[in-house]
Amino acid sequence: MDYLLFVVFPYSCLVIFLIGSIYRYKNRPFTVSSLSSQFLEGKKLFLASQLFHWGLFVLFFGHLIAFLFPASVIIWSEKPVRLLILETTAFVFGLSAFFGLVLLIYRRLTDRRVQMVTNKMDFVVFIVLLVQIISGLLVAYTSRWGSAWFSTFLTPYLRSIFIFDPQIDAISSVTSLSLKIHVVSAFAIIGIIPFTRFMHFLVYPIDYAWRSYQQVMWNWNRKGIRTSKAHRVGPKSKNN
Amino acid sequence: MDIRSQVSMVFHLDKCIGCHTCSIACKNVWTDRKGAEYMWWNNVETKPGTGYPTKWEDQEIYKGGWEKNGNSVSLKGAGKLRGLKNIFHNPHLPVLDDYYEPWTYKYEDLFTAPEGDDQPTARPVSLVTGEHMDVKAGPNWDDDLGGSPDYARKDVNFKDLSASEQEVMFQLERMTFFYLPRICNHCLNPACVASCPSGAIYKRGEDGVVLINQQVCRAWRMCVTACPYKKSYYNWHTGKSEKCILCYPRLESGQAPACMHQCVGRIRYLGVMLYDADKIQEAASVNEDELVDAQLGIYLDPFDPEVIKEARKNGIADSTIEAAQKSPVYKFVKEWKIALPLHPEFRTLPNLFYVPALMPGMATVKDGVYEESNTQFLWGGINNDRLPIKYLANLFTAGNTDKIVEVLKRLMAVRWHRRQTTVGDVEQGIVDMAMGEVKMAADTADAIFRLTSLATFDERFVIPPAHREESIEMLESTADVKGSTGFGFKETPKRGW
Repeated sequence: MDYLLFVVFPYSCLVIFLIGSIYRYKNRPFTVSSLSSQFLEGKKLFLASQLFHWGLFVLFFGHLIAFLFPASVIIWSEKPVRLLILETTAFVFGLSAFFGLVLLIYRRLTDRRVQMVTNKMDFVVFIVLLVQIISGLLVAYTSRWGSAWFSTFLTPYLRSIFIFDPQIDAISSVTSLSLKIHVVSAFAIIGIIPFTRFMHFLVYPIDYAWRSYQQVMWNWNRKGIRTSKAHRVGPKSKNN
Repeated sequence: MDIRSQVSMVFHLDKCIGCHTCSIACKNVWTDRKGAEYMWWNNVETKPGTGYPTKWEDQEIYKGGWEKNGNSVSLKGAGKLRGLKNIFHNPHLPVLDDYYEPWTYKYEDLFTAPEGDDQPTARPVSLVTGEHMDVKAGPNWDDDLGGSPDYARKDVNFKDLSASEQEVMFQLERMTFFYLPRICNHCLNPACVASCPSGAIYKRGEDGVVLINQQVCRAWRMCVTACPYKKSYYNWHTGKSEKCILCYPRLESGQAPACMHQCVGRIRYLGVMLYDADKIQEAASVNEDELVDAQLGIYLDPFDPEVIKEARKNGIADSTIEAAQKSPVYKFVKEWKIALPLHPEFRTLPNLFYVPALMPGMATVKDGVYEESNTQFLWGGINNDRLPIKYLANLFTAGNTDKIVEVLKRLMAVRWHRRQTTVGDVEQGIVDMAMGEVKMAADTADAIFRLTSLATFDERFVIPPAHREESIEMLESTADVKGSTGFGFKETPKRGW
């Protein structure tokens, strides 16, 4: 059972995620969008979206750091005060994401205009996110000081997955059910990215930070186009 | 020098009759789709009025355009830091109610209603939710000064006018208005392009048309905020932003854009302008009162051999240069200096120029008698304008009244000259004085008269011949999908999931 949940399932999700999102990005780019509904309803969205997104934003990078640099977290948490600060911060952002999500669900269910742009996959998204965030909060509350044991139980397991040498001993020995749910639903989220609006976090426009403000585009080689030799050279730009 | 060509436009406001034919032409061709019903890529507003979306000119609300920042400019409501920070919720985004909720009528009720004592009615239903609704706003809700106390009086361009000046304007016998048709300005310094985090918006090098790549747009919504003219619209159904495309498939095949082709009053002119792209940054960053001159300085003389040489070097076709030489826009804007950009203080360097309206201002009513005040002294009509000069200046010259008076005087001089030519009841001395003061030759006045009132289709629209090697539409057969997904869309514009 553990093998199925912690080896077969994660790998299936990762494969689906890789193939699916590359396929969708390349072949169905028109469907890739954050599908913002702020235009239809902006007031309720403000608090809901900010709480939810910033909460997840911080938690995502927190998990990433713990996974990539477990030593750094352990060093940081040497002093109890610093451990307390880290745990409290993480928990606050977790609560922020939770309340944000609840407000988002409430808004989508009650606002007549937003209902018009709601589809089935939005509910799938809500359910997996609810499971993920609630189980995460439970883990944080019941199995405290996760920033200390994360590197003992989770990092070896996750690392083994990503180096194609799955070792489930560490994760199997965990008794906390919520932690197991948290891990499984995390892979589920990765797996459904290509089929949901989760796609939009893959296209977060970070390159805007270093792009020049103005963009001028020529369909063909601008200067060479009038000479027969250079006719139709250069890559054809993709502009719809 | 980095010479590029730009398809730009002139709208002659004195000729606009406010019939909205342009808006309908555009709506039928491009925005008659789910999610786009509320969009009017072309709209006509009554001025004074609050426009569409409501109060779009008030950048204290919408934070559109650029603002001067030392020797440079920065985006007012978007930009790299703000854009990435506000991506989860854009505080300056106009919402549907700032435009209006689109609706249709249940026409079938007229036929299917059961027999009864009352006339059957077609009730309005929302095109967003499909439910019955009370219509409370529309794209030209304040047409012809309708509901002036709520709309015209709240016009943002009254900002520098004293309360008494405004009061005078709204006295019934002095009330006046004119129409302001608007499309995307296809700016030289477009704020929408600069604000797009995904890099989906770009300016086409060949003709300067600003487009949104529908496949790259991710609905971060920054362009809607950044465009000070509010001409980038968010399609709530597809989750993509859309804007006027200057009918580029028509342009590429030598046809005038739909709105221009349909214009009943023949107010619209379209032609090529050559400009120096190296000077854009500098021209966008000057002080407010110099903005108009700085922008007009960017456009180059297409007859100058040096300009022609540099243009050829940059790959601009001879036929395009020839079109630039015949361009009616060049004549109105550069040669005759009677067309001005709309709200140059937004610093986007718009490519749509307006010949300001003269007529509603010129005639006044005194003691209940209609009076043509301009017979009393040379520029009487301008100085006693029913539309305060300051108001027009806020619209077209960033508040520089001298500039707008100069243009109005030139337009008046043409009238003095033509009055003398056709009726001959004016003293030659008065005509000479008028023409002398604005330094206009008789043949120039005749040329302005001709292009204003007699010009044929081909004189009003000088579209460069199609360049097969450059065009997109000619290489990709969009007709393949005609009747299925619609002209232009290569896949169904279906909402993502």
